[in-house]
Formats: sequence, structure tokens, C-alpha cells
Amino acid sequence: MIRKFLKGFTSHLFLITMSFLSLFPFIWLISTALKGNSENIFAYPPVFIPKDLTFENFTGVWHQIPFLLYFLNSFIVAAFTVILNLIFSSLAAYPLARMNFKGRNFIFCLVLATIMIPFQAIMLPVYLIVLKLHLVDSYGLTLGYLGLILPFAVNAFGIFLMRQAFLAVPKEMEEAAFIDGCSVFNIWRKILLPLTSPTLAVLAIFTFIGSWGEFLWPSIVLTNKALYTLPVGVNDLQGMFSANWRFIAAGSIISIIPIIIFFILMQKHFVSGQTEGAVKG
Amino acid sequence: MFILPALILLVIFFFIPFFYTIILSFKDYSTDIYNPVFAGFSNYVTLLKSKEFYSTLLNTFLFLLMVVPFLAVFPLVVAIFINQKIRGINLYKVLIYLPVVVSIVVVAIAFKWLYAQEGILNYFLECIGINSIGWLTDTRFALFSVALVTIYKGIGYYMMIYLSALIGVPKDLYEAADVDGANEFVKHLTVTIPHLMPTIALVVTVSSISALKVFAEIYVMTKGGPLNSTKTIVYYIYERAFENLDLSMASAASVVLLIVIMLFSIINITFFENKRYKL
Repeated sequence: MIRKFLKGFTSHLFLITMSFLSLFPFIWLISTALKGNSENIFAYPPVFIPKDLTFENFTGVWHQIPFLLYFLNSFIVAAFTVILNLIFSSLAAYPLARMNFKGRNFIFCLVLATIMIPFQAIMLPVYLIVLKLHLVDSYGLTLGYLGLILPFAVNAFGIFLMRQAFLAVPKEMEEAAFIDGCSVFNIWRKILLPLTSPTLAVLAIFTFIGSWGEFLWPSIVLTNKALYTLPVGVNDLQGMFSANWRFIAAGSIISIIPIIIFFILMQKHFVSGQTEGAVKG
Repeated sequence: MFILPALILLVIFFFIPFFYTIILSFKDYSTDIYNPVFAGFSNYVTLLKSKEFYSTLLNTFLFLLMVVPFLAVFPLVVAIFINQKIRGINLYKVLIYLPVVVSIVVVAIAFKWLYAQEGILNYFLECIGINSIGWLTDTRFALFSVALVTIYKGIGYYMMIYLSALIGVPKDLYEAADVDGANEFVKHLTVTIPHLMPTIALVVTVSSISALKVFAEIYVMTKGGPLNSTKTIVYYIYERAFENLDLSMASAASVVLLIVIMLFSIINITFFENKRYKL
């Protein structure tokens, strides 16, 4: 009895400590962001509950930084990246899972090979190609968005994830539909896609998170502030308010609110989903 | 037909750049950036002779050594604690996973603030009687401080991978261990760990690959400094390509990165994930 109690006690103690550590950097940011100008943010010992509590830093940074624009840009880029990934991955996965055709193994190997190529090692040529195709913001906003989206519009992990989901669908269902005169495209759209919707949801969520947090590529291609996504905009805070940590902290906190809401709403999918989509590095 | 859209994009944004990188690495851009000349292996020779690249490789390797062992072991411990039927477990899971979904840029900024010279971590150090240190400004600590951020951001992610593997461990083995009178620690040592060996190996390769690709943490917090002490290979490539416009060095370094990551990926695909990628 005592042993069981002790076990439960240590478990809670450990997990509470872990949860606290995981929140700590954000708690400290929030605390700093809420401190007014009259309060020393470098006070020894540190003060967690602000004495001069104010929302001025939040309103101040909100007025100087077009957060809504950055949200919108991040959302456009992430949403289109997700939609294109869902369409292209599930389209490509269908023949790879179901059809026998010449060159299938070759294509399969090609797709597999892209998993081994890290974007970081090819980003320079990708940039040169995007420049050649005029997919940069200096040629127009739409082209700028396309340049942010297209290099990530398809991804081998997505193709393999969908292929595995299709393989799990019993063949008889398609055969029955085929006999009823259903076209191949309709089999894909009306039978396979609805049956694999949980996997599509997982793919959508993880692609969204990845695209939303992407920093390297936008910071390379973007020159026009009108197209800044949140991570680029937030990094910019450091330059704009070099020593004003109250503003930097407030801006950082504002920037994570949407993704935290998204995470809380979708938490069930995260828990079940990472098992499937886990190894996305 | 169905494959075509995906294939076109993969060709434009993966295969052409892949071969393009290799071609660029054999050209010399230093005399005239618009008319490069074929240079054979001379870029590689210059690269491998350069002290800066040597220290970049060393930093990357040290970074990997700091991050990977920790991320292979600690998330497993957390997952074992999470894999119990106790109250509030869902809340713990959400809180521990939270840093994974938050953008790395914000996490890096948050840590930069913790690391400030008169910041809160130095206060804690002084509390336990240690002099404050320059977390990001001292060449001895900067790489470690950056690694800590990568570790912090990775714990929840690898915890989830372990958690899904833990569900697959047969329960009767634990019961058998109970009968033998084994305590919790021994039970996990003799049952859990042997069963999870493939998952542990998977986490090692996956976290190695992502450690080799580290960039945002460094860009946001140190820009490779102080004195190049946090310059790792991707940051080096970025700096060469987009700040110094030294395409030759950037692509030669890219090829080095390509080779290393491909080795890890091949190990990963053939040994740990062959089920997913079987024809």
C-alpha cells in the first residue's frame, strides 16, 4: 500500500517538474512582457508576478508590428501547403499502392530517394531555380507566395503515409465499385479518400505545424516585409527592439497564441497521429 | 497519370537541385560569378584545408554528441512515467509536448532571454554558489547552450515515439517480472529496454539527422558566434551561399552534408523503417 502510494507520488512529482520545466521559458516571457517600464526586468532576485502589471507592452508591440498580416501570410502559406500535399500525396500514392505498371519500382525508388536528400543541402540550387522561375516577391505577391509554397507542396513522407493507408483498405471494395462502372478517379475520390480520412487528418496537421514553424526557407527568399510569415516577423523583433525585452517578449507571446489554440483543439490527433507520421525529422 | 504532379514537383525541387549542387561544387565562381570555370576537386581541397570548415565540422559533431544521447534516453524515461494510468496524465502529456508545436524561433528567443547576462539562469547559478556565466557569449558554453534548446524542443517529440512503442510491449512480461519480485527499475531494465531497442536505435538515427541539420536556433541566438564556436555545417552553408555569395564553398560543403545525411538515412530506411518503405 505504502509502496503504491510512493510510486504514485514520485510519478506525479516527476511529471509536474517536467511540465513546469517545459512551460518555464514561456512563463518567464509572459512575466517579462507584463512588467511596466518602472519595474526592473533584471531584478535580483527575479520577480515572477509583476508589481507594475501592465498590458502596455502588448498593445505597444501590436501597434508597431503588423501581426495580423504575418498571421495571414503564415496561414495562406500553411493552408496551401497542406492542401497541395494532401492532393498530390494521395494522388501519387494510389498507383504506388494499387496498380501494376511499367516503371513503378523505378518511381518508387525515386520517391524513396528524396527522403535521403535534406533540404538544407540543396537550398542554394532550390533558391536559384525559384529565382529563375520568378517565384519571388520582387515579381509580385502571388509569385512570392508560390515561391514559399511550391518547394514544400509535396513530400515523400506524405506519399508513403498515404500509400500505407491505401494498402490497408480491402481490395474488394474497389473491385465492387469497378464492376458497378466506377472510374478509377472516382474510386480514388469516393472510396479511398473517405476511408483514409484519419490518415489525411494526420498528414494535414503535421504538414500544417511544419509549414507554420518553417523559418529557414522564408528567411532566404523573402525580401518584402508584406510577405513575412510569423517566424520571420518574430525574429525581426530582435533587430527592431534590440534591447527592449518587454516588447520582444510580448511580441513572441502574441505570435504563439494561434498555434497554441490549434494544438489544444487538435490535441487528440497529435497524440494518436505522431505514431503514424512520427518519423518526419 | 496520378503520380505526375507529385513527380514534377519532386524533379524540380529535389532531383534537379540535387545534381545542381554536385555540379556547382565542381565549379569555381571566385574569379567571375557569371562565368564559372570547371575546377575539378579544387573546391573540396580548399574546403577541407580551411580551418573554419574544420571547426565547423567539429562543432557539428560535438553538437550531435551533446544532443543525441540525451534525446535517446531521457524522453524514454518521460514516456515510461507517462505510460501509466494515473490522474491528469493527459494534461502532463499536452504540457510536455507543447514546445514541439511552438515555432523554434520563439523557443530560441525565450531561451536567449533566460540566458541573458543578468538573466534568470545566472541568478539560479549564483543561488547555488556558482559564478554567472556567459551562456551565449562564452566560447566554452555557447554550443552547449544552443544544444540545450534543441534538447528542450525535442523531448516531447521523441517521448511520443517512445510512448507508441511502449504500448506494444507485452503486459504479461511485466507480470512475470512482478512474480519474480523485480522492482520498477529492474522491470524496465529487463523488459522495457530490450523490447524497445529498435525504437531507441530509430530515435538515435532520426535525432542525429535533425542534429546535423540544426539552423534556426543558431541563427536566432548566436549567428554562429562567439568566434565561430557555434557555427555548424548548415549555418556555414547558409552564410557562404546567402551572405558571402561564395557558391563554390557553399555547394562543396552541401555535398559533404548530403553524404553524411544519406548515410544515416540509408541506415534508418534499411534497418528501422523497412516496413513502411517496402514495395
